[in-house]
Amino acid sequence: MRLEPIPNPTLGRQLALPAAALAATVVVASLLALLAGANPFAVLGQIVTGAFGSKFALLETLNRATPLIFTGLAVAVAFKAKLWNIGAEAQLYAGAIVAVLFGTGMLGTPFVLPVSAALAMLAGALVLLGPVLLKTRLGVDEVVTTLLFNFIMLLFVSYLLEGPMKDPMGMGWPKSEALIKEARLPRIAEGLRLHWGFVLALIAAIAVHVLERRTTFGFEMRAVGANLGAARFAGVPVNRVLVQTALLSGGLAALAGWSEVAGLKGHLSQDLSPGFGYTGIIVAMLALLNPLGVIGTAIFVAGIFVGSDAMSRAAGVPTYIADMLLASALLFMVLAILLTRVRLVRG
Amino acid sequence: MTVTAPQAGDIVLRLDNITKRFGALVANSAISLDLKRGEVIALLGENGAGKTTLMNILFGHYQADEGRVEVFGQTLPPGNPRAALAAGVGMVHQHFTLADNLSVLDNITLGTESLWSRGKGRQAARARIAALSAEFGLAVHPDARVGSLSVGERQRVEILKALYRDARILILDEPTAVLTPQETDALFETLRKAVALGLSIIFISHKLHEVMAIADRCIVLRHGKVVGEVNTHATDRASLAALMVGSAVTLPKAEARVAGPVLLRLDHVSTRARGTATGLSDLSLDLCSGQITGLAGVSGNGQAVLADLISGLVRPDAGRIEIAGVEPASWSPRQALNHHIARIPEDRHKTGTISDFNLTENAVLETYSKPPFSRMGWMNWPAAEDFARGIIARYDVRCQGVLQRIRLLSGGNMQKLILGRVLEPGPRIILANQPVRGLDVGAIAYVHTQLIAARDSGAAVLLISEDLDEIQSLSDVIHVISEGRLSPGFARGTTTAAELGLWMAGQGFEGKDRAA
Repeated sequence: MRLEPIPNPTLGRQLALPAAALAATVVVASLLALLAGANPFAVLGQIVTGAFGSKFALLETLNRATPLIFTGLAVAVAFKAKLWNIGAEAQLYAGAIVAVLFGTGMLGTPFVLPVSAALAMLAGALVLLGPVLLKTRLGVDEVVTTLLFNFIMLLFVSYLLEGPMKDPMGMGWPKSEALIKEARLPRIAEGLRLHWGFVLALIAAIAVHVLERRTTFGFEMRAVGANLGAARFAGVPVNRVLVQTALLSGGLAALAGWSEVAGLKGHLSQDLSPGFGYTGIIVAMLALLNPLGVIGTAIFVAGIFVGSDAMSRAAGVPTYIADMLLASALLFMVLAILLTRVRLVRG
Repeated sequence: MTVTAPQAGDIVLRLDNITKRFGALVANSAISLDLKRGEVIALLGENGAGKTTLMNILFGHYQADEGRVEVFGQTLPPGNPRAALAAGVGMVHQHFTLADNLSVLDNITLGTESLWSRGKGRQAARARIAALSAEFGLAVHPDARVGSLSVGERQRVEILKALYRDARILILDEPTAVLTPQETDALFETLRKAVALGLSIIFISHKLHEVMAIADRCIVLRHGKVVGEVNTHATDRASLAALMVGSAVTLPKAEARVAGPVLLRLDHVSTRARGTATGLSDLSLDLCSGQITGLAGVSGNGQAVLADLISGLVRPDAGRIEIAGVEPASWSPRQALNHHIARIPEDRHKTGTISDFNLTENAVLETYSKPPFSRMGWMNWPAAEDFARGIIARYDVRCQGVLQRIRLLSGGNMQKLILGRVLEPGPRIILANQPVRGLDVGAIAYVHTQLIAARDSGAAVLLISEDLDEIQSLSDVIHVISEGRLSPGFARGTTTAAELGLWMAGQGFEGKDRAA
């Protein structure tokens, strides 16, 4: 068996294979439900209605999608330049720390939101600066360094919450003081849980799209990612572009943490992110690194999480099904994308 | 296997109506040919004519859509290299398939020895290799590490590998592309011995004089079809060439020119060796306005690093670069561009273009950061598309439009786009590294015409090529590079291919070293 490239895949092939991937994911979900002793149709139905079935469910899904759009964008821009940033989780927490640091009364009230957002982006960018400089200067593999930074950052957050940032009124729980009212992102409408962070995420996605397609830096970034050797030969300042891409990626990931603290939680705790940084990789890959596509895949992924929670309460199937669903959706989608470009031949 | 030994003149190999399609492209169309015992046939054709595809079918790497392969009267199962090997077909690929970190002996016996009695078989294998070496004139040391061998020696190992597996039919895919003229002569000597011992050979080439020298019969392929089969004793190079390209093609002829001022000077430049790649050693070279300087040499002798140096990718470790008499303060690809150096890279797919980018993006790849293409950090795509349209029109790039992905273009059209990209800004210095490799005759003539025109308008051109004919017909001055050292320059018409071949093999430098 070997692979033969398909130079010009037909439109039918390009549409049919992702659809088949989705169908295969549904089959896997059904088998998992059967394994848990539940009716697969009921389980799937409950996931869908639990995610999108009511206004409340839909808003909850969009709320959950907000940090995923930011981390998805962070991963998408970095991967576009073939900079393998696996450390969005660390950058997210850097943003969250800044939101607490400047949101609990340190800054004056009028500009607290924009200033703390900007400082959060800066903090996230700085977290990724070290790994990217190690890569461009010494050739250190950024997969390793950014991944390890996640653990360093989690332990640092743990230290902060047990020490200098611990809320004295927190009954001994490891969480920070709550943000002042002026430092919080308002709700989009009274009585809804959805906050303005979601709108910011949409704006960020559009901004990244425009940056990639319309600006000189975006062109450089795509060139470096598409063919590093050709880009360097043509005079693209490859190292500068990689550093700038890293700063942008880190900044976007930090906004995820910042908006979770400022928009949703109101304080920092160790369970702020259930792996949004890692899930961002799935979101970005499913979107084929397209910034506008990230919006759609983030909502899809958030829907699976939120829907699985609701389903679990109703059907008694563990929520782990959500992780398995996402994993199989990603694997099938990657396979489908591969098979649009190559075919398997015998011999 | 046949029971009776085949006699001279028996047909040992028959290809019957082989057709192979890749999507819409018909790579081979109903090709039939016979190979007799003790015969050398040449498969002649331009790049892309279908020679390599045909041989890959014969050897079982590809499966034909129609037709069959018969060896010694038996039909080969399609798509099975193992069966082809067992039937006595041996192939020497253009790109060697040897393990660099193993010895010659290990490379030859790899895959033939039993797992259990390794020690015992080795002595027998060693004796057998020694016998084959002597019989066919393939001198190579069995315990040498392949990584330490020259290209010519590696080729001998490849041939020995096939002979060791009892090949009766040898297929050689462009075997002379990497050899000096002298090494080519030695290869031909070996092939003649093999034929005298009853082997049959298929020799793939697009070099006419070699085909005339070694082959008995010549089969000419064009666009996947057999367009002619001629006895080499009853034809000449001109008619073969006409068969090959389908019409009489006149290659551009460059007239000698008087050199202008020195535009680029390399002054005693040295670079360290990088991995297995040769560095430059104390190399000095002047490129003059209005002159084409040809750089001949066997590949891997420092051409790559010299090209990288002039491209701005590499800085000299010792010595200096001067452009129009001034040493640039810093040196990078962008500096090279700012100093009006046009660079045609050796590998247009990997270095010259970004395959997934469209024609517009590739057209502005070197100038994207300058107005009018970039203003205040924003790309001006309409201006870039206009620029691309201009190149497409002036350089005759056949394509579907400025937004087509460049990977879908043929090699010739891709090269024309690169030519347009580098020549439009009006360069003073042109580095052309293997500018016509893999192109058809029409595109070759076009590229050469453009280089001559640039020279006539005062540019200094450095032409790097492994094809001596190309170097000799275009260059006003010829240098030879060997192991990172540069020969003296020979003015047009003052040297022969044989003399250049000696320099390519490294002779002549000793005297020069001693004198220095």
